[in-house]
Amino acid sequence: MTTTAKLLQFARQWKSTAKEMLGHTIVLAQFFSLLHLTENYICSPTLVYGPSMLPTLNFTGDVLLVEKMSTLLGKVAPGDVVLVRSPENPRKTITKRVIGLEGDTVTFLVDPARSDRSHSLVVPKGHVWIQGDNLYASHDSRHVGPIPYGLLLGKVFYRVWPPRDFGPLGQ
Amino acid sequence: MTTKNFVWNIAKKYFTAGLIGLTISDRYASLTAVRGSSMSPTLNPHAGNSSRFAFDDYVLIEKLCLQKYKFSRGDVVVFRSPSNYKEKHVKRIVGLPGDWIDLSSIDTLRVPEGHCWVVGDNAAFSTDSRSHGPIPMGLICGRVTHVVWPPQRIGRIDGTVSILPEVQVHVSEEH
Repeated sequence: MTTTAKLLQFARQWKSTAKEMLGHTIVLAQFFSLLHLTENYICSPTLVYGPSMLPTLNFTGDVLLVEKMSTLLGKVAPGDVVLVRSPENPRKTITKRVIGLEGDTVTFLVDPARSDRSHSLVVPKGHVWIQGDNLYASHDSRHVGPIPYGLLLGKVFYRVWPPRDFGPLGQ
Repeated sequence: MTTKNFVWNIAKKYFTAGLIGLTISDRYASLTAVRGSSMSPTLNPHAGNSSRFAFDDYVLIEKLCLQKYKFSRGDVVVFRSPSNYKEKHVKRIVGLPGDWIDLSSIDTLRVPEGHCWVVGDNAAFSTDSRSHGPIPMGLICGRVTHVVWPPQRIGRIDGTVSILPEVQVHVSEEH
C-alpha cells in the first residue's frame, strides 16, 4: 500500500476513538459548568468557624447552605446572616449579620468590653453595615467601617452540620 | 412529533453552549466593551472628541488573577463600583497595600491591607480612588490584558504606570 493509503487507514481507525473522546470531553465540560452555575449563582455549602457569631453559629465549625440569588438581586435585608469577602484580605470569607443597609442610621457600642460609649452614623450609598452576633469577639464594621455591597457573596439560610443544629438559621 | 424533538435538541445544544460559555467567561477570560474616556489614550482614545465618530473598544479580561489576588502596579483592572455594586469600572492600579499616596501637597494616605489605589489614565475625566478612596481588592472582577477591537489597535495593554503630577506613590519596602 502507498503511504497516503496507509495514513488514511490509520486516520479511519482513530476517527471513532477521537469522536468518543470528544463526546466524553463535552460531557465533562457540561458537568463542570453546571457545577459552576449552581455553586456561584444558586446555592453552595460552606464551612465556617470562629467565635464572632456565637451563639448563632458554633465556634468549632458549621456547614451552612449559602444561597447566592438574594445578593445578586439586591434582596438583602437587615437581620440576614451573610457571607462576605473580607475587605482586609480578599482571599478570606467571613460570616456576619447585616445590621444596616445604605441610608440607614446605625448605632453601635464602640468598645463594649471597656466602655458604654456609643456612636451613630449613616451607612453611605452602596455599602452595608455588618456585625457579628458576639460583639466582644467580632472584627466587623465597627472596626473597618461600612463595607461595599459588591463584597457580599451570599445569604445563609440553612445549617446542615452539626446534626443537632440542623435547620434554618433563626433571627 | 419530530419537529418538537428537533426544536428540543437545538434548545439543549444552545443551553449547553451557553452554560459552558458562562463558565469560561466567569473563570478564565471574557470579552467586554469599554465605555467612557477615563482610560484614554490606552482605551477609547477618541471618545472625548465629539467631532470624530468612534466605536467603543472591546477588551479581553482574564479572570485567572482572581485565584490568588496577586496584582502589580500598572495592572488595568475591572472592578465593581463601591457606591453601586451593579456598575463595573475599568481603571489602573497605581498603589498596592502599604503604599503611601500623596493626595495634595499636605495630605498623605496609606493604602490599607487588602485595598488598592486605582486611577484612570485620563486623570482629568476619571472618577477613581481620588473621589471614593482605596477600593477593597475583593471588588476586582478581572484584569484587562488585550484590546481586541478595533483591529488597528489589537495588542497587549501596556503595564507601565504613567507618572501623574496629582498622585505621587511612595512604594513601601515590604513589597
